[in-house]
Order: sequence, then C-alpha cells, then structure tokens
Amino acid sequence: MYGGGYIPGSASPQEAPKEDPEKLAEFEEKINRGEKIEPHDWMPYEYRRQLIRMIEQHAHSEIIGALPEGTWITRAPGFKRKLALMAKVQDEVGHAQLLYSAAETLGKSREQMINDLLSGKSKYSNVFNYPAKTWADAAIIAWLVDAGAIINQTTNSKGSYGPYCRALERICWEESFHLRYGYDTVVALATGTKKQRQMVQDALNRWWRPIMHFFGPPDKISVHTEKLVRWKVKLATNDEMRQQFLNMYVPKIRELGLEIPDPILHKDPETGKWIYSDPDWDEFFRVINGNGPCNKERLAVRKKAEMMGQWVRRALRNPRQQYVTPLA
Amino acid sequence: MSDFIQSLDPRIVRLQVREDQPFEPKEAGDQWETYEVFHQAKTGARLIHVGSLHAPSPDLALVFAKEQYGRRSTTTDMWVVRTADIFTLHRQDIDMFETAQEKLHREPQGYMEVRKYIEEFKKRQQQEGTSDGSEAGSH
Repeated sequence: MYGGGYIPGSASPQEAPKEDPEKLAEFEEKINRGEKIEPHDWMPYEYRRQLIRMIEQHAHSEIIGALPEGTWITRAPGFKRKLALMAKVQDEVGHAQLLYSAAETLGKSREQMINDLLSGKSKYSNVFNYPAKTWADAAIIAWLVDAGAIINQTTNSKGSYGPYCRALERICWEESFHLRYGYDTVVALATGTKKQRQMVQDALNRWWRPIMHFFGPPDKISVHTEKLVRWKVKLATNDEMRQQFLNMYVPKIRELGLEIPDPILHKDPETGKWIYSDPDWDEFFRVINGNGPCNKERLAVRKKAEMMGQWVRRALRNPRQQYVTPLA
Repeated sequence: MSDFIQSLDPRIVRLQVREDQPFEPKEAGDQWETYEVFHQAKTGARLIHVGSLHAPSPDLALVFAKEQYGRRSTTTDMWVVRTADIFTLHRQDIDMFETAQEKLHREPQGYMEVRKYIEEFKKRQQQEGTSDGSEAGSH
C-alpha cells in the first residue's frame, strides 16, 4: 500500500563507473520506445543503484506500515471491520514480499535488505514513525495514506523496470479495496455521533501534516535529477503528486464536513494549483533521521520479531538449498 | 518493567520489547531459496507466472504461494518450481527472434489469395466456354 512516498536518497555515488556510450545509447533508446528493462538486460550502474534503493525502501515501508495499522486489529469495532483490517494488514506484508523480490532481481539479497532496515541504514516512509492513537487514526491511514500511496504507485507503475512495474500493478489492484474500506470507515465515523465526528476530526488534525510530507519536500529543495526522469525511474515530481492528491481528496474530505487543519489551503483560480501552508520540512527531516515519536519502537519490534523467528527459519533450512535471484 | 516500550499496541506491550533490542544480522541463506509461482484462475485456463517467493521446501512454497498469490478472486490450480531449476535464454541471445526471416509461410495471412485465383479461374473458364462454343447447350 504504502507506496513509498518520498524517502531521501544517499548523496551521489562515489564509485559510479564510466558507462559504455554505445550500450548506454541502446538502453536509453529502448526506454524511449516504451520498452521495459528486464533483470538480466544491460543497465547503467546508477539505474540499478537507484532502483534498488527505491524498491527496497518501498518494501520496508510496507513491513513497517503494518505496525501502526496492526495496533487496532485487536480493538477494531465489530467483527467485519476486524476481518477487513486483518486482510488489509496481511496485504501490506504481502506487498513487501513482492517488492523485496523485485529488488532482489537487481542483485541485492533479501537478508542484506532486512539487515539494512534494522541497522537504520535504509529508510522507510516517514509517515509510519507516527502513532495511530485511536481507531479513527487507523481509518484516516487506510483512507488518506493509502490514497497517497496509490497515486505514487500508479505513477511508478508506468516506469521502465519490468519487475517493479509488475509488482506495482498487482499492488494497486489489491489496494483498491484498501481505499474503499478506508473511505467506508471514515464515513462511518464522520456521519455518526458528535463524539465520533470529533474523533475523526482529531485524527485528521494529527495526520494532515505527515500526509503533506508523504510526497516529499517541494521540488525547489529536492534534488531531482533529470537522468532519473529520462530513465523513467522517477515519473512525476513530489509537487505534482501532492497537487494530484489535493485535487482528488480535499473535496471529498470537505464533503464530510471535516475541517482540514490548514487555514490558507485553497485552489488558486488562475493557476489551478493548490496553495497550502508550509508543513514544516524541518520536522520532516528530524523525524526521518530517527527522532520521530515511533522510530525506536518500530525498529525494536521488527528486531525482536526477527530474533524470535530465527530458530524456526534455521530449523527449516535445507542444507543443500541454493539461492538464485528470483526470475522476474 | 519501565525498560519495556510502552506502546499503544497491547500486543507490543505483551511482547515486552526494549528500545535497545539486540539483533544479530541475518546470515546468507536465512531467507531460504526462491521459487517461481504459476497460477490458474479458472478451469481450462493456462497457468500463468505470477511472481516469486522464498521458501525452505516445495511443500512450504505451496503454502506460502496460497497466502501470497491466492488471497483474491479465484484459484483453480497453483504450481511452484525452484527458480534454480528453470533454464532461460541468455538476454543477449533474445535477438535470435528478431533475425528470423518474415514468417508468412507459417501464418494464415500467407494464404489469403485463393479467392482471387478461383475468380480468375472461373472467368477464364467462362471465356473459354463462350469462345469455342463446344460446351454451350450440350445437354
């Protein structure tokens, strides 16, 4: 679900080799023609590096994203919602599996990716460093964070790397349920009692800023290489995706009589673009660098889960097992 | 007790997790080996490759395949095969298909002129019949 959103990359690579100009031209022509790149095709070092980083962090976001939502499984109001939330959280973990496989086709093992997540070397979507305080928070995540993720993932599914596109197509197909379920859950609260309406308004107040952060820093401060656009690794800018989200969801939120906690939010009638308050990008960077309300809990829980499962994975291991990267 | 993380999630409180939870990095092979999954959505349909997964044995690969690729819509059959057992073309050999000559001789479009020949033949027959008159009014 959680379709990556924006996660900052490391600084430019030191060891990127000089590429063979003939192969590079052939590679770029292929992408220009709209063809997909498959795992064993020739590709530039920087293309591979950026894709591994992006797909891996997307996978981590799915795994970690299951934690704030899972918080409410035991206390979901009613049997039907409990079933739905379990199905949704299971989907998210399944999406991580699909994405790890896609990243593995580029040559990084799943063991290495999980190690990098747990050591803090590799990031995940910042939005999951915030707590889901009430049932209404779980509802807002399922509706609006998934909505953001779907915008991001639908955009990326038009990219150039075959395995990532195929994984994203399947993910988007499954997430159409998440979005409807999330909307249904928010609407139930927003059309309910005064107390329920207050609950969902409070949750929206807590989540609006992380949701605005979700697509990443504004284009004017985000390093955004022309090359990644040409290689169809990046297909839309952070601001373009944020505008798309606002266009689609501000009217839906307002229709429910909920108030978006941004007094200046409005659409400029001349440019057709949304104007919004600065969502405090310093906070964004502070949280993504480990100082958010839940960063420590998220990683500690994953570490404990991995350690508790270690003996089972060892006991099941076949001594003659032979690892090869997934095919596609 | 105060060493344990006080989470909003009762499951995590019960788990008793510390912030400095130790972790041994995973060694190679921890995630077993990979399998490719083939899925049939209705009887009579072909099985289609839907993706990969990690498993320690074929039996468990099928169990995981059910969870991973059979959660939605319908499934009438599923296969798994170890990725290591699949032979593929080298990517650099894929152009062998591009170098093939035109293949009209093995396609139905290569045989679309019969009607023309028949019409020409009929016309010729008619012309021959009227010019020497031998068949006219023969019965």
